[in-house]
Parts: sequence; C-alpha cells; structure tokens
Amino acid sequence: MTLLNPDADEHSAELARARRRRNRALLTLFGGIVAALVLFEGFFMLRDSQAPKLVVALFAMIWGGGGMAILYLIANQLVEFTSSQWQRRLTPIVFVLPAIAFVVYFLALPAVRTFIASLFDRDGTNFVGLANYITVFTEPFMLVTFRNNVLWIVFGASFTIMFGLLVAALADRSKFENLAKAIIFMPMAISLVGAGVIWKFIYAVRDPSDVQIGLLNAIVVAFGGEPQAWIAMLQPWNNLFLIVIVVWMQTGYAMVLFSAAIKSVPTDIIEAARVDGAGEFRIFFSIIIPSIMGTIVTVSATVIIFTLKIFDVVLVMTGGQYGTDVIATQFYNQYFVNRNFGLGSAIAIVLLLTVVPVMVYNLRQFNKREAL
Amino acid sequence: MAKSKGSPYPRVFVNTTLVVICLLWLIPTLGLFVSSFRPRDDIMSSGWWTILPHRTWVTTEQFTPDPSIDRTGVMTFEGATGTFEQLRQGVESPDGKRVVWIGNRRAGTVQVQEKQWTGVPATTLQNYHDVLVGKNVTIANNAEEAARKGEDMADAFINSMAVTFPAVVIPILMAAFAAYGFAWMRFPGRKLVFALMVALLVVPLQIALVPVLTDYVHLKLNGTYMAVWLAHTGFGLPLAVFLLYNYISTLPREIMEAAIVDGASHFKIFWRLVLPLSTPALASFAIFQFLWVWNDYLVALIFIGNVPGVQVLTMRLADMVGSRGSDWHLLTAGGFVSMLLPLIVFFSLQRYFVRGLTAGSVK
Repeated sequence: MTLLNPDADEHSAELARARRRRNRALLTLFGGIVAALVLFEGFFMLRDSQAPKLVVALFAMIWGGGGMAILYLIANQLVEFTSSQWQRRLTPIVFVLPAIAFVVYFLALPAVRTFIASLFDRDGTNFVGLANYITVFTEPFMLVTFRNNVLWIVFGASFTIMFGLLVAALADRSKFENLAKAIIFMPMAISLVGAGVIWKFIYAVRDPSDVQIGLLNAIVVAFGGEPQAWIAMLQPWNNLFLIVIVVWMQTGYAMVLFSAAIKSVPTDIIEAARVDGAGEFRIFFSIIIPSIMGTIVTVSATVIIFTLKIFDVVLVMTGGQYGTDVIATQFYNQYFVNRNFGLGSAIAIVLLLTVVPVMVYNLRQFNKREAL
Repeated sequence: MAKSKGSPYPRVFVNTTLVVICLLWLIPTLGLFVSSFRPRDDIMSSGWWTILPHRTWVTTEQFTPDPSIDRTGVMTFEGATGTFEQLRQGVESPDGKRVVWIGNRRAGTVQVQEKQWTGVPATTLQNYHDVLVGKNVTIANNAEEAARKGEDMADAFINSMAVTFPAVVIPILMAAFAAYGFAWMRFPGRKLVFALMVALLVVPLQIALVPVLTDYVHLKLNGTYMAVWLAHTGFGLPLAVFLLYNYISTLPREIMEAAIVDGASHFKIFWRLVLPLSTPALASFAIFQFLWVWNDYLVALIFIGNVPGVQVLTMRLADMVGSRGSDWHLLTAGGFVSMLLPLIVFFSLQRYFVRGLTAGSVK
C-alpha cells in the first residue's frame, strides 16, 4: 500500500461507508423484525399465560412500555437510513400513526360497525332498516329511559354547578380553603360502584318495627315519619336519590375548575366595586359570574356528558328496576341481557348522537384557540 | 393568601356554610368507614352513629312480676304506672327510670332500665379479614350456624393492579409520541387528523364495546388482562394526546430550534428533551388514567365478563351488592378495600390530578 491514489482511496472509502450504512440498515431491519416477533410472541404468551398475576402484570408493563419504545426506536432508525426527503415524509408517520391506528380501531371504526349493526334485527341476520330506531323512540320503556336521562341532565348538571360554584366562592374566602376543597373533592377518587355501596348504606330501609340502620330513614323516623324505600318508591322521583350520588361525586370537579377561574378574576375590579359600595352578593352575581362564564359552560358540558353516559351507579343501585333505567343501562340490558343486538346498537348510536353538539363545540373552541 | 377575605360579618356566615357542606359531603363516606370496623351484629342492630357517646337505656334490674297482680288492669313497678300495653312500650317513672314489660302477658318479665352513657364501642377487623381472605365465614345467627364462602377480595385487588398498571403505562408513551408529532412536525392533514382526535374525546365508549368484543372473541382475547389493557389504551388515547399536546406545544420554540441546529433528529429531541420536560403533564395524565381504569366497571364487565379469577375489584364489589345486599359487614369492608389505593394516589398526587382536570375539560 505504498502507491496510494488519493482519489481512488476516497472513492473506496465512500463505497465502504455506503456498504457499512447498508449493512447497518439491514441489521436494524433484522433487529426490528426480531423485536416485532418477540413482541408478537409476547402477545400470545400474555394472552395464554398461567403465571402468577403480578409476574404477568410486570411482564406486561415491560412488554407494553419497553416494547413500544423499542419499536419506535427501530422504526425511527430505519427512517433515518432513507434520503432526507423521505425522512421528512416518514418520520411524522412513525410518531403519529400508532396512536391514530389505536383510536381508529377502538373508537372511530366501531361507531361505523355499531351503526351498521343497528340496521339489522336482533341477531344480525336480516336487514330491517330503521325499525330499531322506531322502537327506540316509540316504546314506552325507552321513553321512560329518555325521561330519566333528562332528569339526570337537568338535576344532575344544575345541582353540580350550583354546589360547585357555592363551595368555590365560599372556600375562596375561608381560612380552611384547602381542607374544605380536599373534602369536597375526595369522592372523585372513589369508583361509582364504591359510591353506590356508600349510598346504599345511607338509603338502607328496614321493617318499620326494626331499628333503622340507614341514616336517612333514621332521621325520618326520629322526626316521627315512616321509613321509606327511597330508591324504589315514588317513581320517577326515586331517580333524584340516584342523582344525588353523582352530584356528590361531581361537585368536586366543578369546584376545582370554578375555584381556579374565580382566582383569576382581577382583584382590582372587585376592589373597585367594593369601594363603590357593592355588596358581596352583588359582586358575585355581577362581576364574578360573568367573568367565569366560559368555565361555567365548559363544566356544564363536561358534567352533562358524564351524566349522559352514567351507568355504574344505576346498575349497582337498582339494576335499572323501579323505572330508573338510563340510556347506558338500557343499552347494556338490551344487548347483553336481552341479546337484542340490533336494538342495543341503535341505543348506542342514539347515545352517540346526543353528544354530537358537544363534539362540535369542542372543535370550535379548539379552532378558535389555534387561530390565536 | 395576602388577599382580603371579606369583612368579619360574612366570614362567620362563610365558615358556617362551608362547615355544613363539608360535613354533608363527609358523612356518607364516614358512615361506611365507621361501619366497616363494627361487628356484624352491631351493624345490623344499630346505626353507625351510635358509636358516638350518647345516653342510652341500660337494664339495671330484671324480675318476674308477682303472679297475683291483675294483669289486665293498671300496674305499678318502681314508680312507673301503666297498663300492660303501655308497659310493653315502656313507661318512664318520675325519677328517670324506665320500666319495660318483656314477653307476653302471662309469663313476661319486667326490666327496669336507667339512662347511662355508653362505653367504648366494639370494633373489629373481622370484616376485613372475611372480605380479603376467601375462607369460609361462619355466621352465628340465633344459635344457628351458617358457613358461607368469604369474598376473596385480595385476589381481586391483585387483578385490579394487573389490569391498571399496564393500562396506564402503554398509552402514555404512544400519546407522547403522537402529541409531539402533532405539535412540532409539519405534515399534510395534520390539523384535520388532530381535530378528529379532539372530536373523539367525547365519544361514549358504549359505541365501541360490541364490535371490539366481537373481534376479541375471534382472537380469544376476552377474559384476559390484555383485552382490558388494549381497550383502555384505545379509549384513553384521545384524552392523553389532547392533554400532552396542550403541554408539549407550549414548550419554548428556541429550545427545539437550537437542538435542530445542533443536528439532533426528531427522535433525539423527543427522547432527550421533550419527554423529560413534559413530566408534569405525563404525571397528570397517569393519575387521571389510573383513577379511571381502577374505578372502571363497564369496560371490565364487558371484556372480562364472568371469567373467574380475573375479576377486578369493582366487579367483585358490584357482585357482592347483588348477591349479598344484606351482608353489610362484607359490603362496608369491601367498599373500603376498593377505595384504598385510589384514595392514597389521589391525596398524595392531588396537585397533578387537578392540573389534568383543568386541562382535560369536556371529556
């Protein structure tokens, strides 16, 4: 190697670089295939595993988190071997596509599939057109269901907003602000099933000759009344006793958002009003409420959507008996108990349609913000 | 807290109202909590509030009335006078004693009671023991012993953990990648796709249950943990992407540009820069998702169904409500077992949770 041609040397070096690059790319590709295979096998292992539960869970976390990270890494490496033009095109796909694929498969596509199922009869064999929808909007049991959902929305949302505002406004002026907020907020950490158990205990009813162990009936009896079966009696007002549970759970959420909004109302405006002699109520209704109107709308929308989808509380408390069925429990009962697939699907589609206005509102808000 | 808290007159009003509301909010949970430590018979025979010190009638004396007394007329014992019917209800004497006729007219006994302060209430951990360990529970009821199977809630607790942790970890990473892509990359259709993602935020998941279940049955996935993880990943992603996008898109542009000038790839920027900087947003979504999955009942009910050994806490608790609605001692303890972990997470990480709530409204 004494007579070196500088040009040839550069040339061969470039060739070697290209070869190394290609080899690395192939190696990465191979690694990617192996990783994908291992993950795929892991899927079956996890599915069929008989190992102790905690081991499976731990493995799943590694499989899910770690495997996902490795796939992203390898896909990205592969993209980096392509020309810079292709890189610009492919990198966004690597970043965004997996999430989109999941959302499409689990939310968007099922909406279409459920809609198609809603046009067929109870076991999905014969096309029946809109017959299921006619049933949904004419059958008495469905009308009761809709009436209950209206009750839920009207009372659930309004009481949640009212209590949320009240507590937020009061806590803002109290020395025990944080403690009070934590207490009101706590039910949000409890499952709706757990909340059902808590409130069953409040509403518990015993024979009039026995000692009442439910708090509400104990109070009623102490004042000389007759014990009542709160969640079974006096339809449709028994729904209100179920709604109380969700107001109890959701007020904390409303309160937190209202509290943040109230704190961001400029203090100089409030001070100025106070100097002008405005009372506390006047300040609250004429200054604070208008300033936080945006938050009130947002919270209302969130609470309404939550109450529209309400399921667990009703299922645990009454199972939909005593005229307490709501859309979500009716869907469950029709589909999984009565095995009427067409009708169940139609109910789910109706539920979807009810949230469309909020969907549009969300998009508007989002576009407005992006335009800024 | 330099802000003025109003004049003294409203302050009393404010604090009183607040205390009343807080008590109202606290009492339901408190009732269940107290009850879960009371012995079974106590739960069934008196309200939980009776553990508070209060004066109650305690029998001090009991005797069989003289057989010669005319039991159809008015009788007097210990200064209390009344007919048999009145005595059955209990008659108070002027010196504060109460006389009660127990049993029937002919062969009854008479109890003399006095008001006394109750002592320390009985407490027990037996309820938790019965609920957590799936052993047989012996219930003595009027000399009649019945053995029933306990609730193996410890098992359900582990199931809940096995379902929840992966269902929190898997979507976070996916959502972070996607949020970064939407926020800092330029590609055709970016805005449209992201808008659709936002629209999917409010889609009721009932719509997805049946088609996904159909596929799961084909794949033999239903009744496995993985079925629930994947479903929660799909259902949680719109919110996750939205929350993380809100945060990642507001990271300072200069940092990104400086990194690009240094020749860092998107992947490197994401991994080295964006992920560490987004820890608060990741944490708030993680808590959100944790509480959501742990407390979820519907998704677990559909995708796990009645496969034994995989059921999570909410399902077990709901089953208990249905099958043992009158076994309050099991329900109270079971309820608390299911709330334990979320309450701990909630109170220790409340700050992040609030931030997530504020950012993730309208879901």
